[in-house]
Amino acid sequence: MKADNIIEVRDLKVHFPITEGLLRRQVGILPAVDGVSFDILRGETFSLVGESGCGKSTTALSVLKMQPVTSGTITFNNEDITHHSASQMRPIRRKVQMVYQDPYGSLNPRMKVGSIIGEPLRVHGMAGDKEKYNARIRELMQVVGLMTDMADRYPHEFSGGQRQRICIARAIALDPELIICDEAVSALDVSIQAQVINLLMDLQERLGLTYLFIAHDLSVVRHISNRVAVMYLGRIVEIADRDTLFSQPKHPYTQALLSAVPEADPELEASRQEPLIIGEVPSVRNPPSGCRFHPRCSQSLERCKTQVPMHQTSGSTVLACHLYD
Amino acid sequence: MMDPLLSISNLSVNFKTERGNVQALDGVSLEVNEGETLAIVGESGSGKSVTALSVLGLLGDSGGVSGGDIEFAGESLVNASDEHRREIRGNQIAMIFQEPMSSLNPVLTIGKQVAEPIWQHRNKSWKDAICEAGKLLELVSIPDAQERLGDYPHQFSGGMRQRVMIAMALACQPKLIIADEPTTALDVTVQAQILSLLKNLTTELNSSLVIITHDLGVVARYANRVAVMYGGRIVETASAAELYRNPQHPYTVGLMNSIPTLHGKPGARLNTIIGQPPDLSNLPSGCSFHPRCPFAKPQCMQSKPKLEEIFPNHFRACFGYEG
Repeated sequence: MKADNIIEVRDLKVHFPITEGLLRRQVGILPAVDGVSFDILRGETFSLVGESGCGKSTTALSVLKMQPVTSGTITFNNEDITHHSASQMRPIRRKVQMVYQDPYGSLNPRMKVGSIIGEPLRVHGMAGDKEKYNARIRELMQVVGLMTDMADRYPHEFSGGQRQRICIARAIALDPELIICDEAVSALDVSIQAQVINLLMDLQERLGLTYLFIAHDLSVVRHISNRVAVMYLGRIVEIADRDTLFSQPKHPYTQALLSAVPEADPELEASRQEPLIIGEVPSVRNPPSGCRFHPRCSQSLERCKTQVPMHQTSGSTVLACHLYD
Repeated sequence: MMDPLLSISNLSVNFKTERGNVQALDGVSLEVNEGETLAIVGESGSGKSVTALSVLGLLGDSGGVSGGDIEFAGESLVNASDEHRREIRGNQIAMIFQEPMSSLNPVLTIGKQVAEPIWQHRNKSWKDAICEAGKLLELVSIPDAQERLGDYPHQFSGGMRQRVMIAMALACQPKLIIADEPTTALDVTVQAQILSLLKNLTTELNSSLVIITHDLGVVARYANRVAVMYGGRIVETASAAELYRNPQHPYTVGLMNSIPTLHGKPGARLNTIIGQPPDLSNLPSGCSFHPRCPFAKPQCMQSKPKLEEIFPNHFRACFGYEG
């Protein structure tokens, strides 16, 4: 493992069984993640983007081993955690935390906010004495921009943006190295989304955090990321650093995705071409043969229908497309 | 000048809730001209959906119009009988909702659901209506449309269901289509296809389209004119080009500055609007944006600014900000 890498994922596969009937007989497999490889550098923001069903969330959950892995390896800080048991994972979980999309569903409505933020400290036996524990909670609330006198309130008394701040405070309570943000700003109103994005970027600078950022909003991804991986139906089609990916997208799917994002500028919009993509994402249950994007690709070749494109690396770019063979 | 197709004047809407009276709309005035696409933008709770629902008379038991009027093609809708509203709804004004799954009946076939408004409003026999439904599904680019008439909604994907909703909305060639966050639940590549389809079909029919959205990119791509809502009031309206080039209300300016874009400077701090959107059951006094406004003056806390024309066809409700 390279010294700069915090995480290395190699040929990760997560296949779910499809069962049927009373006896839950297995009738097939659903290859949600099918051969995904990437590295995350320490201190960077690495984004996984793609449309629903592309496997971005499943990939993230596997990194935390919250999802059984079918095959492949996951290395965290030079430690192969692929086959770790739950107890072996505990010290790892201290270093990898998660912020979810829905700040309503991820906070226990019966717990006070201070106690929610302090829960990871208690669970991992790091609470210390009462005074130290309370001081830490106050500190965390300050860091994420919450008033410290709100610690005794319940989640329903907070707005969506404030709740997301609570989730972030909880995620940084144990001084983690890596935070997985699964659509962490997607459910927020525009004006609040900007506040939370700024907060995430500030925290990264102050605490030296690494983010695995999962999102479907490409404008947000461009703003926050250092490197971006584009996923389609369980596979990575392109990885590149931010500027390369957004100024010179290579894979036809990346190009299509970017052309579909409407820009908040009518003059710019008038000069843009119509989106390049047709149809919808097919079901993961019966993925197309060869390159999984070929039925929707405007440039597909004969061999795209039969041969799976290999991942090719050139510089920092990884690409899986027959057009560049 | 031609009379507008839809004219909302000084409309106020209240909801009775457990937490007391909630004023969802407070003196909203809005016009939609024939053939134009108007976008209503705002964050959650700004009143954009309630505006649409009151046009259709779908406020439910707890909500009611407490003042103002809605005129459609020269006719008042506020005092119309239920029967008359039903006549207009679906026939002359159609609505497309955000969630196509919960808007379609899961136990009726797609064909029956699309045929129903044709049979109901256009005096066609059921057989003709079904035939027409097949043509409509072809129009919204559903592959093998005729064969799929007998399918149920769960056999369609999210984008296909939204295409069905569009087919139903177009069934009676309405003069006005209101689409409430029509693509928020869809993936971005599907969103682009659905919105282009909607825009092209309404242009062909010369219908007016009202798109309700929170996405300023969608507005820029598809709207002729924009109304920005905040706290149950319209704070600014202008043509789309004018609004983006020359926003005049501090809220609009704040909103535009707070979104990351594909051409902006990545990694920079985003400008934000401080604070939280207002609670409608407890709105701030005066201009409800004043607690979040960097330019607020004492006057803003005391009285509500009226919508005034500050440039030709560019209106804003603000006392003092110089853009």
